[in-house]
Amino acid sequence: MNRVFALWQTAVGKKVAMAVSGILLVAFLISHMASNVLVFTAPEKLDAYAEWLRGFGPLLWVARAGLLALVGIHIAAAWQLTRMARAARPKGYARLEHQVSSYAARTMRYGGVLILVFIVFHILHYTTGDFHPDFVPGEVGRNLVVGMQVKWTAAFYAISMIAIGAHFYHGIWSVFQTLGLNHPSWNRSRVTLTLGLTLVVAGGFLSIPLAALFGLLR
Amino acid sequence: MSETMNLTLKVWRQAGPDAPGEFRSYPAVANEHMSFLEMLDVVNEGLTEQGDDPIAFDHDCREGICGTCSLMINGTPHGPKRAVTTCQLHMRSFKDGDEILIEPWRANAFPVVRDLVVDRAAFDRIIQAGGFISAPTGSSPDGNAIQIPKDDAERSMDAAACIGCGACVAACPNASAMLFTAAKVAHLGLLPQGQPERERRVLSMVHAMDEEGFGGCTNFGECQEACPKEISIDNIALLNRDFVRATLGDRESGVRRTAVM
Ligand code: HEM
Ligand code: FES
Repeated sequence: MNRVFALWQTAVGKKVAMAVSGILLVAFLISHMASNVLVFTAPEKLDAYAEWLRGFGPLLWVARAGLLALVGIHIAAAWQLTRMARAARPKGYARLEHQVSSYAARTMRYGGVLILVFIVFHILHYTTGDFHPDFVPGEVGRNLVVGMQVKWTAAFYAISMIAIGAHFYHGIWSVFQTLGLNHPSWNRSRVTLTLGLTLVVAGGFLSIPLAALFGLLR
Repeated sequence: MSETMNLTLKVWRQAGPDAPGEFRSYPAVANEHMSFLEMLDVVNEGLTEQGDDPIAFDHDCREGICGTCSLMINGTPHGPKRAVTTCQLHMRSFKDGDEILIEPWRANAFPVVRDLVVDRAAFDRIIQAGGFISAPTGSSPDGNAIQIPKDDAERSMDAAACIGCGACVAACPNASAMLFTAAKVAHLGLLPQGQPERERRVLSMVHAMDEEGFGGCTNFGECQEACPKEISIDNIALLNRDFVRATLGDRESGVRRTAVM
């Protein structure tokens, strides 16, 4: 534990914490996306899936606490690293030309904040039902479809999913660099893996609000 | 035929470390064969003749090997050309009528000394923390007495090309010194001679880097693009791996000692 703490005390260590928490959050999002798209087959399938999850009882709360902790670690590291970066250049340039960094990379901090706002809204929307027009506990599939009929809500979901896609695009590639998992022989596969995961996960999520906006999800 | 060009320079002038600075405009006349620094030399001669203070800028070898020259030129370190130091940048990269904005490297760890000159002693302190190997002196060892795989030798040589100019820090939106430090760590860490101190080296150099107040790395890749020696960010991945391994399995800390009952 001492050593993990020693790691956390350095900028490199905080990035490692971001990478590890990021990977686990990505893993969660893959399973979350995969279960969400069940709504396209039949909304009742989601109810069954939710029922199955609830069968885990207290373990479900362990998983929830774990996810929350991951988000907390990820944000705490992002916050501290951002402050370190600002302090490292108190006086900026009159002109700084970005040569290669992607738009996705340069918006990680802002995109991250948007994702946080999204997570809070999302829980108030589909878990507690506060922002929902007609919430029925337990009817997960129906709640999803009904909730998405509200145009601005669906639009906000769509925008947030694009932000998650951008975050993935830089984040997943970045993980390999941060954890030192790079080698000339598979640097190209890294790019393919990043693009593939980004398109499948963000695209899968995005399909739901988009379908709702175009009247295909009823 | 050598083309004469008339340029306008907007140069950061700052009388001393704590003085407020400002941009001032100067006309400059150059021909395409001049190096960027020669162009500045001519401007400075004119300023001196007028009784004004010449523009202070760093330079030494003027052949791209010492790492002393710097300058943020139109928003890119060492100017618009890839893999070139400011001293090796020629005026043919510009055209008649151009306005050229010239700033010092900007980082808390690189305080401005005067005008375009910054103090890069922070790099020296990172090197002092671990950028060396301990070896017996005396008669030189036989050539090839220590065998080094070709790939390792090449990667090490590529990292050793770092001239410590600071362009990586200058280009990095976080003012991070990861590329510099990683180059030094990889340069020694990839060779057999660097193994005994490999863990200690990466630990002390990374801590020294943090202490100097450089920012963290966010894998933008701007440093690699700005580097006049084209040092690869693969070295950063290597540093990360070595650092995590050394920290989690830290032999120096004594955590592994068996407790005596
Ligand atoms: C408020 C919430 C969030 C903030 C402020 C935030 C911010 C950041 C920042 C600043 C980085 C550094 C990236 C870089 O420049 O290399 C990052 C990386 C990353 N983020 Fe987030 N993020 C948030 C939420 C999320 C979520 C919800 C996920 C997962 C779905 C996620 C996944 C990742 C991954 C995988 C990385 C790569 C780590 C690395 O660079 O090695 N983030 N995030
Ligand atoms: S003056 Fe030596 S590298 Fe430019």
